[in-house]
Amino acid sequence: MTFSLQAAVVERGFDVALSLGPTETVAVMGPNGAGKSTLFSVIAGLLRPDSGRAELNGRTLFHLADGERTWTAPHHRGTALLAQEPLLFPHLSVLDNVAFGPRSTGTVRHLAISRAMHWLAEVEASDLAARRPEELSGGQAQRVAVARALAADPGLLLLDEPMAALDIHSAPLLRRLLKRVLTGRQAIIITHDVLDALMLADRVVILEGGRIVEEGPARKVLERPRSAFAAGLAGLNFVPGTSAGTGILTSGGRHIAGHSEDPIPAGRPAAAAFPPSAVSVFLDDAHGSPRNSFTVRITDLEPHGDLIRVRAGGLAADVTPAASADLGLLPGLTVHFVVKAAAVSVYETWQNLSDGARTPEVPAET
Amino acid sequence: MTGHQAYTGIPRWLYGLAALAALVVVLPLAAMAARVNWANFLPLVTSEPALAALGLSLRTSVASAGLCVVLGVPLAVVLARGRFPLSGLLRSLVLLPLVLPPVVGGIALLYTFGRQGLLGGTLEVLGLRIAFSTTAVILAQTFVALPFLVVSLEGALRTGGQRYEAVAATLGASPGTVFRRVTVPLVLPGLASGAVLSFARSLGEFGATLTFAGSLQGVTRTLPLEIYLQRETDPDAAVALSLVLVAVAVAVVALAYRRPARPAGNKATTRPTAAAGPGGGVT
Repeated sequence: MTFSLQAAVVERGFDVALSLGPTETVAVMGPNGAGKSTLFSVIAGLLRPDSGRAELNGRTLFHLADGERTWTAPHHRGTALLAQEPLLFPHLSVLDNVAFGPRSTGTVRHLAISRAMHWLAEVEASDLAARRPEELSGGQAQRVAVARALAADPGLLLLDEPMAALDIHSAPLLRRLLKRVLTGRQAIIITHDVLDALMLADRVVILEGGRIVEEGPARKVLERPRSAFAAGLAGLNFVPGTSAGTGILTSGGRHIAGHSEDPIPAGRPAAAAFPPSAVSVFLDDAHGSPRNSFTVRITDLEPHGDLIRVRAGGLAADVTPAASADLGLLPGLTVHFVVKAAAVSVYETWQNLSDGARTPEVPAET
Repeated sequence: MTGHQAYTGIPRWLYGLAALAALVVVLPLAAMAARVNWANFLPLVTSEPALAALGLSLRTSVASAGLCVVLGVPLAVVLARGRFPLSGLLRSLVLLPLVLPPVVGGIALLYTFGRQGLLGGTLEVLGLRIAFSTTAVILAQTFVALPFLVVSLEGALRTGGQRYEAVAATLGASPGTVFRRVTVPLVLPGLASGAVLSFARSLGEFGATLTFAGSLQGVTRTLPLEIYLQRETDPDAAVALSLVLVAVAVAVVALAYRRPARPAGNKATTRPTAAAGPGGGVT
């Protein structure tokens, strides 16, 4: 009982291979235009890829290759889609919305209704059954949409940023709810929020430019990001290069000193990562070893909690407002970002991404 | 009126021109209403030929509006959502009756369904004679009214998008079920206003009817034809009957473009209604 996919959409530069274990939830993250929506459209059958193959629980969703034109219509796939907006049918009551899936697949009315009541109870929305969708708050509507998707008994649940349109009070409630109902199910969740990945997903997949650039357990991806995007999610400074001694050599030829847990043979693809809090900002070139100093021009200053985040040369440093005022930091000013080698984590970034069918690792927190 | 009106950005002289435009429409109607012979109004509009014409007009218009719904809904759906070559050309052709002189439509119908027409021979063999029959009236009215339904429905289908349909499909609904339980209910306001508009257009149809169906009392002489005939012999009757048509038209427009009564607090998820109408398109 698994899901596997390999699909290419030439026009969009999309080429992805992905598979899920029987009860696995995978978070898909990536910048806008990375191909996340394309991925869902292909899985749900709303977009026909140029080539590829997908199977869900032993059944072929599509197989498009030379001489192969197998295509299962969306309504026969069992891949219920939950979008950013609840998209409850406005002309049906909440109960009829939830009963829509079972009714559509031929379940007799009273059974469909009792199944709808069951799922409404699961999402703590039984009292909303008689309401019209327009009478619901955003959070309530999204809970009903979850119930509607689950009532269709999908083999694979596709969640497209389900929390994105909710206010900060409704989102945690829905996140807890999803955590509960996703247990023991196959699901893919597109999200921009690290918290969703950590809390709901067994594994994180980073999509960039239509390709999977990184995947692994959420904690691992966030601790040792292999892509600039993942590093951004984890809030880390990220410099790619090749391993050299205990540090890395960037493509520009500069050496960054750091430490690695395991020794890395020289010349391997590697990255240096360090938190903005480990970066000190100086106006003049500071001396002292072992330190890394970057001469950079400030592009932006922005509030970050009770600190000020200084962005310069693709790196970030966190300083106190007092320090920022003392130094007279302003965009356009040239400063020196200094970070101790001990704060720089160096690791290999090589990863075999074509091996999408590997057994998922079960994270400790579930 | 309150003293706190929001800024509208309308230059003052625009109001003058707008008033002029309104006059162009309203003044002739008022002038006609002023000529109504109220003393004889009831006898005039209840004369036997008048009642026959009114009855025929209502019956045939209901039939053509029904035909427009049956044929226009599939056409609008295919035009709005189907992907096939030359769909743009098909749309232009279907909308042609909107700008075509109805008399030209009548001639075209005559050369299609008339005895000498394209399908006339075949229909003759089957024992069907369409030209100059009530069926011809309905056909002529459907010909001119169909684009009204297609345009207003296609607008509603396009503005609505297909996100609900996509969700319904992933929940397991077949295309037929999606059409029946999602698409049609969602565009119902657009469909209703389209049907009312095509009914109104049918009611006013004159040129194509006269050319293709003739003017036989009780069979093909609809109210507009009766008015045109009476104009020669009994102007008072023509004016009185015209007023009846105006009243029906006003009622129809009011029905089609009334603001939908919906509960407050509409969400963005509800679709715009009556996309083709000036009072519609309110989300």
